Amino acid sequence: MKPLILRDLKLAFRSGGGFALTLAFFLIVVMFVPFGVGANLDLLARIAPGILWIGALLSCLLSLDRIFQLDWEDGTLEALATSPIPLSGIAIAKATAHWITTGLPITLAAIPLGYLLNLPQQSYLWLFASLALGTPALSFIGAFGAAITVGIKRGGLLLSLLVLPLYIPTLMLGAQVASTGTQNPIQLLALVASISLLCIATIPFACAIALRANLR
Amino acid sequence: MLMNVSNLNCLRADKLILSDVALSVVAGDCVILRGPNGAGKTTLLRYLAGLAGDYTPENTAFSGHLDGIKSTLTVRENLSFWAGIYGFGNIDPILEQLSLTPLQSRAAGDLSAGQKRRLGLARMLLTDADVWLMDEPTVSLDAATSDVIIDAIKTHCAAGGAAIISTHIDMDIPNARILNITDFAAKQSDHSDPFLMGDF
Repeated sequence: MKPLILRDLKLAFRSGGGFALTLAFFLIVVMFVPFGVGANLDLLARIAPGILWIGALLSCLLSLDRIFQLDWEDGTLEALATSPIPLSGIAIAKATAHWITTGLPITLAAIPLGYLLNLPQQSYLWLFASLALGTPALSFIGAFGAAITVGIKRGGLLLSLLVLPLYIPTLMLGAQVASTGTQNPIQLLALVASISLLCIATIPFACAIALRANLR
Repeated sequence: MLMNVSNLNCLRADKLILSDVALSVVAGDCVILRGPNGAGKTTLLRYLAGLAGDYTPENTAFSGHLDGIKSTLTVRENLSFWAGIYGFGNIDPILEQLSLTPLQSRAAGDLSAGQKRRLGLARMLLTDADVWLMDEPTVSLDAATSDVIIDAIKTHCAAGGAAIISTHIDMDIPNARILNITDFAAKQSDHSDPFLMGDF
């Protein structure tokens, strides 16, 4: 699986790889909010965790169709499916590479962007923790949607419709962790982490079934 | 025996096109699949590779119409990736064998169609698979490069491997066995519409 992760990282950072697009989209979404909402610092502080989480979710969504589609189109997926690596292993590698190129940079970028949104001092750590533990779920759920829609040309709309409802629990819990006035962020953070762990443990097998059906 | 298949039924788009395919392959065998376009050569190879149907192959490598190469990676990077997947060591002899050494630092997207095909087929040499399943390996190759591929297939078979190849050209492989897949063509009555028959 390691060569596959390394190759996906290499591809993401090459021209047209989509790494910069994801991060730029996240920056744009978050930076435009203060312009739209106005310089109301209290309001910004209140909505900051939600905005950062929505930004993370949408940026993640933007790059989902690349997870399997490009490999499908050039025959790599077919060749990988006949290689010694099981399809579930391929799904783990692909989702992991997706997280490293989207979830991880978004988590890191959220800290300076929080400053832009007047995120309260005590929320930074919680925001960082909730994104770090929650974005793996976004990548793995997204990989499942991507595996289902891999054979469909321009299946982006269908992919979004499939994936967005599944993102809602992570979004609600994740944004709540970092909100001011949350009494029990540790418990909520544990729930976010549990969603990610559940996704990592189960979704690769679902991906394998979906990929197998689509390769037929 | 490297591969033994019997009673294999192949469907394409839910339509039965080959029925009761029986095929056994021993070490050193080279089977050439023949049949007109649409007869089901590609479908049969995909079944034998385990990409379709329930047949689970053992130790086979498949090369389809597409080469599975990334245009933004160099030739060497592309091949190193597959070497990593198959746990293969030094790729230099493979690059040399397929005359890809002078191209190794070029982006795969800048290669000609024939060079891409060569790079795609280089993947087969990295696998330690016994049975090579190849779908039209010599498409878009000139005579000299075709010979390189055919030589690689001969070497593989001579070393105790086997190959099942669909092709329209005459491959000069001694002891190659021709399998005419129209022999297995499903009769159209095998595929009656259940709605029209009232049997659903």
